[in-house]
Amino acid sequence: MMSSNSANNLLDEALGFNDDGGGGGGGLLLLIEDRVETSGAFILHHLIKRRLSSPNRPNDVVVFLSFAHPFSHYDRILRKMGCNLGVQKENKRFVYYDMLNLNYPDGEKGAEDLLLSVYGKIQKTVELCSSREGYKNSTIMIDDISLMEVALCGSSNLVLDFLHYCYSLATQFDCLVIILNHEDVYSTMDVPSPLLQMEYLANIVIKAEPLATGLATDVHGQLTVLNKGICQGSGCSKGKIRNFHFRVKENCVEYFYPGSRT
Amino acid sequence: MAAEAISRALRDGALEGEHAPALTIKDSIHAPLGAFVFDHILAQLSSNISSSKSQAQLRIVDCYTDPLGWKSQLAESGIVSNRSTQNATTASLCKNARDLDMLFSSIVELGKEVIRETKGRFAVAIDSVSEILRHASISSAASLLSNLRSHDQVACLFWLFHSDLHEMKASSALEYISSMVACVEPISNTTNGKGMNSENLPLIEQNLGRGKFSVRFKRRNGRIRLMSEELHTEQMGINFVPAFEDYVTSQSLVPKVQFSLQLSEKERNDRAKVVLPFEHQGDGKPIQIYDGRRSVSESKTENKETNAEKMHVNEDSGRGEIIYIRDSDDEMPDSDEDPDDDLDI
Repeated sequence: MMSSNSANNLLDEALGFNDDGGGGGGGLLLLIEDRVETSGAFILHHLIKRRLSSPNRPNDVVVFLSFAHPFSHYDRILRKMGCNLGVQKENKRFVYYDMLNLNYPDGEKGAEDLLLSVYGKIQKTVELCSSREGYKNSTIMIDDISLMEVALCGSSNLVLDFLHYCYSLATQFDCLVIILNHEDVYSTMDVPSPLLQMEYLANIVIKAEPLATGLATDVHGQLTVLNKGICQGSGCSKGKIRNFHFRVKENCVEYFYPGSRT
Repeated sequence: MAAEAISRALRDGALEGEHAPALTIKDSIHAPLGAFVFDHILAQLSSNISSSKSQAQLRIVDCYTDPLGWKSQLAESGIVSNRSTQNATTASLCKNARDLDMLFSSIVELGKEVIRETKGRFAVAIDSVSEILRHASISSAASLLSNLRSHDQVACLFWLFHSDLHEMKASSALEYISSMVACVEPISNTTNGKGMNSENLPLIEQNLGRGKFSVRFKRRNGRIRLMSEELHTEQMGINFVPAFEDYVTSQSLVPKVQFSLQLSEKERNDRAKVVLPFEHQGDGKPIQIYDGRRSVSESKTENKETNAEKMHVNEDSGRGEIIYIRDSDDEMPDSDEDPDDDLDI
């Protein structure tokens, strides 16, 4: 049984993260899919802390687009985990975009222009960061995609366009893009869902689901991490799947293989 | 082997008076190996071209970096630097993936540039048509592919397509345009066909590295040829191996009951040796007519049948045989005519 306070837990291992909190860069997109019964927000919080807390990466930046909660919400949660988002924000290491209170224009054209300007700010931030000495990786996070779609008048096309551009930025500047989406929002669609497009785009898919046996006090759900493997000059690594259980506690999350808890 | 047959067909290019051969590589999220097949075909084609003439030249129409012109707009307004839109000299940047007429022109222009000195033809590879369909309708995408196929300087073309991202009609439209359709399917079918539950996980993981590879070739005369094999991903690409016996697959389709529904090898051979009883396909022996006064020796070897046509199997030689004795001369010899033709219903 490993907690998220130790150097590397089951989730980090499944993601291929190094002990120093790095790895997972080099142009990757990580998709977190959750459900009403099992929120995947804790994964986002864990990854924010990992990307900001590594001592060997003082210039890495996390760009965070929030459609779901105000800054104070994340600040409170990360404080309990031992990470001060307020300080990181002042140091320009945590760049927070409040997408909740933006003035969204009517019509798709207006929405596209707005997205273009948001993308422009992200690209500028990442470019600036990458020019600094000691730069390793940046992270772009979106919480969450289904609310982004709502904000853009239901245009999943615009959302996919935006994700495509973030991904191309990621491959150019060695970033990690992390997005959270709700699987059950798309489950009743007859036509191919945008979620499937994102699953194709993603290099790593994390699914947070309830246990097959239903709710339990000691185990809050299961995570399935599908890592498609990376193709580089030296060859391709094989795709892998890991499955383990989790329990969300006050200040951390425990990950363990089924049946291994004492 | 299917993959080699594809490479040969693409390398040979268009037959006289025909459009260029076109290949659809089709996969799905449960068998996401289409990109590996695409890379393999591209590498094979490049090496085929290189070996016959001078070094194969690759030109790229880049619809990935800035498909909607966002980066260019931002660079023009000074918000971001211009370096992100600069590409290698072998790439032509497409800034409007919605305009397929422009895309067609870019492809043809680059192709002509490549073959300027050799005066040959060029091949076109599209990764992927699913991305084109994000920005354009299926009819305009189909029109683009048709125009490329019928262009007299295009030797062959192939594209990647994720079938589960689109409706059936899009998949069908692309298959109609293609002369070859290569389909990658899961090697293991998961329970319920979906869901990453704990039973399915080993199967899903297996499908990340192996797949069934089925190819349908459309011949000029309209006939279809089917080939299938397995593909395995390796460190440096993919490997094609013969499919695990189709015989095994067909065996598994027979319902599991207590009686034997299959023929043994001996039974299959015996059946093949049986001479059919039709008189006009006879074996030259005189036609016998039953007159009710058969000899004792004949009656001993006959089965006891109540109907007028008697069938007799000669078991002496071990060779199956049917002896047909006509009831009378009134009975017309068997012919190919349908006896019900004269019915007036």
